[in-house]
Amino acid sequence: MELTGAEIVVRCLAEEGVKFVFGYPGGAVLNIYDEIFKQDKFKHVLVRHEQAAVHAADGYARATGSVGVALVTSGPGATNAVTGIATAYMDSIPMVIISGQVPTPAIGQDAFQEVDAVGITRPCVKHNFLVKDIKDLATTIKKAFYLAATGRPGPVLVDVPKDVTQHKFAFEYPQSVTLRSYNPVTKGHPGQIRKAVQMILEAKRPMVYAGGGVVLANAAPQLTQLVRQLGFPCTNTLMGLGGFPATDPLSVGMPGMHGTYEANMAMQHCDVLIAVGSRFDDRVIGNPAHFFSEGRRIIHIDIDPSSISKRVKVDVPIVGDVASVLDEMLKLLKASREKPEQAALNAWWTQIELWRARDCLKYDRASPIIKPQFVLEKMYEVTGGNAYVTSDVGQHQMWAAQFYKFDQPRRWINSGGLGTMGFGLPAAMGVQFAHPDATVACVTGEGSIQMNIQELSTCKQFSLPIKVILLNNRYLGMVRQWQEFFYGERYAESYMEALPDFVKLAEAYGHVGMKIEKPEDVEGALKEAFAMKERFVFMDFITDQTENVYPMIPGGKGLSEMILV
Amino acid sequence: MENEAGALSRVAGLFSARGYNIESLTVAPTEDATLSRMTIVTSGSDDVVEQIIKQLNKLIDVVKVLDLNDGSHIERELMLIKVRATGKDREEMKRMADIFRGHIIDVTEKTYTIELTGPGAKLDAFIEALDRDSILETVRTGASGIGRGERVLKV
Repeated sequence: MELTGAEIVVRCLAEEGVKFVFGYPGGAVLNIYDEIFKQDKFKHVLVRHEQAAVHAADGYARATGSVGVALVTSGPGATNAVTGIATAYMDSIPMVIISGQVPTPAIGQDAFQEVDAVGITRPCVKHNFLVKDIKDLATTIKKAFYLAATGRPGPVLVDVPKDVTQHKFAFEYPQSVTLRSYNPVTKGHPGQIRKAVQMILEAKRPMVYAGGGVVLANAAPQLTQLVRQLGFPCTNTLMGLGGFPATDPLSVGMPGMHGTYEANMAMQHCDVLIAVGSRFDDRVIGNPAHFFSEGRRIIHIDIDPSSISKRVKVDVPIVGDVASVLDEMLKLLKASREKPEQAALNAWWTQIELWRARDCLKYDRASPIIKPQFVLEKMYEVTGGNAYVTSDVGQHQMWAAQFYKFDQPRRWINSGGLGTMGFGLPAAMGVQFAHPDATVACVTGEGSIQMNIQELSTCKQFSLPIKVILLNNRYLGMVRQWQEFFYGERYAESYMEALPDFVKLAEAYGHVGMKIEKPEDVEGALKEAFAMKERFVFMDFITDQTENVYPMIPGGKGLSEMILV
Repeated sequence: MENEAGALSRVAGLFSARGYNIESLTVAPTEDATLSRMTIVTSGSDDVVEQIIKQLNKLIDVVKVLDLNDGSHIERELMLIKVRATGKDREEMKRMADIFRGHIIDVTEKTYTIELTGPGAKLDAFIEALDRDSILETVRTGASGIGRGERVLKV
């Protein structure tokens, strides 16, 4: 059967089991939109800015593990999408972005709404394609989904010229695709795994350091079983929160620049570090020279060989899928019947509890001004720790990571690698579509929420009952903090003037707005808001402007050089 | 690498994005029309070179990567050099070309164009041996390399 390119695109998406496409129409994609109108296999969600389309597809992917799909037009549509694509790239999120392109004879002629989308996105995608011939269209889309979802996941862009969407070709969706140059390793090397298990059993001061890879590999059950079986302390990075239950006493909190005292001290002083699906990012290890420790052995499990020994030399590298490698390790541990030395482990835990006793996250609970940490603690209680929480970027993000205890993976949705302000609200939209009956909250700041504020309209169109928790300190909080600590309190451009009345703004979009100014009103307001299961509620909390995120490792400093409250 | 549009850009982009150094780069299709072969000369510490190889392998278009320095190999580069060759210098220039086993492939009253192949060091030496003023123009291809003996880079 001969189909047009546009029909082929739509049929391919249906074949891939896509349920939602987040997009914004334009000239180059009109044929595709015509076909979307005629079909009923997936739902198209109209956003109000292409950046939001990509963030929404991203949030959907993070909350489900499926490939998120966005559709944008050529030229400005594609360039608007770039921030969203780079966000997904830095966090390794499986996504396919279809961008329209000018007709093939017009390419390279500075046509109307033409950009070299493939050239522009080349450094921030896992891979991209320009489909010049309709006979390649179906195979290319299949390849795109395959690349996005396998190995280390990532965004894949498919640029489709308008004339290709008009041509006709016999449609056949390939059963599978192979790329001779792409063969991700899933099974870890058995010798290396044995070595790692041996090292684990001999450890006196072990530490598990688990990152976003655990969530992406759906390996939280294996990680949880391993940590509990061994009784080792476990730290989860910003991207890995929920990979191991935060409420478990074996969890020592998040490591890194704004991580807990106990997590950082344990990372610094352990003798065997087991890195699982994490990449020794600069936010986590601080100064690499300071991090280096002669007496410490490092085991590193990662699906991406280029991540291993990139920043920190490791002793036992294991390239493979995290879930598969952990399964093998659990088998070996079961067969060996050996256990790590209990006396040494007890002594290590005694030390860790001493560090924990420092209570590094404490704040003034008696303050007459609302403390942002208090809002997040109460939100955690009111939602029973079960909400999907998306976040923007800044102080509010750090406090949300510190105070909302995630026991499950895929509940904490934030832009860690790129740190994109404006991510929170559109990502929350994607999450709500993925889980229509779930409680979805977006923690944000006044700077971040205004970057994609237009999505309040999308939320109204689709009746998304998201709860926005705005921690309003009338400052770009994180910038202000750095300026206070390192720039002699010269607050250059970090004060937010001319803020709107957020309650009126929310109401203008047909949502519920609430303004909370006193600590005693916080819990009641949260309860009231979260009880409104059908409504979008915008909660404007007027918080203490002087609060800073502690602990903090200043730039260039080491893990044990934290500034504490 | 796959002989596809944009494959060269991807590799060059990778080097520039990550701050790796490209001293020279040459690429052309192989006997298999679907594959092209690229030779890059780069420099860096062992750790940097290890990362370069890993990052190259990550590129979807790259099928296989080989570090020629891992074993003995042959390196050849082509240079076309246009030199001033007038009066007494003409004889000397011809001798120079013969010593280096180059070929004079273009002749005018005042100039010779010499084609020279060999390892990069040989080409460098030829340029050093000449009087700088006599060199009018040089164009080099960058080094191509191949392993010695039975060692083969094949897909």
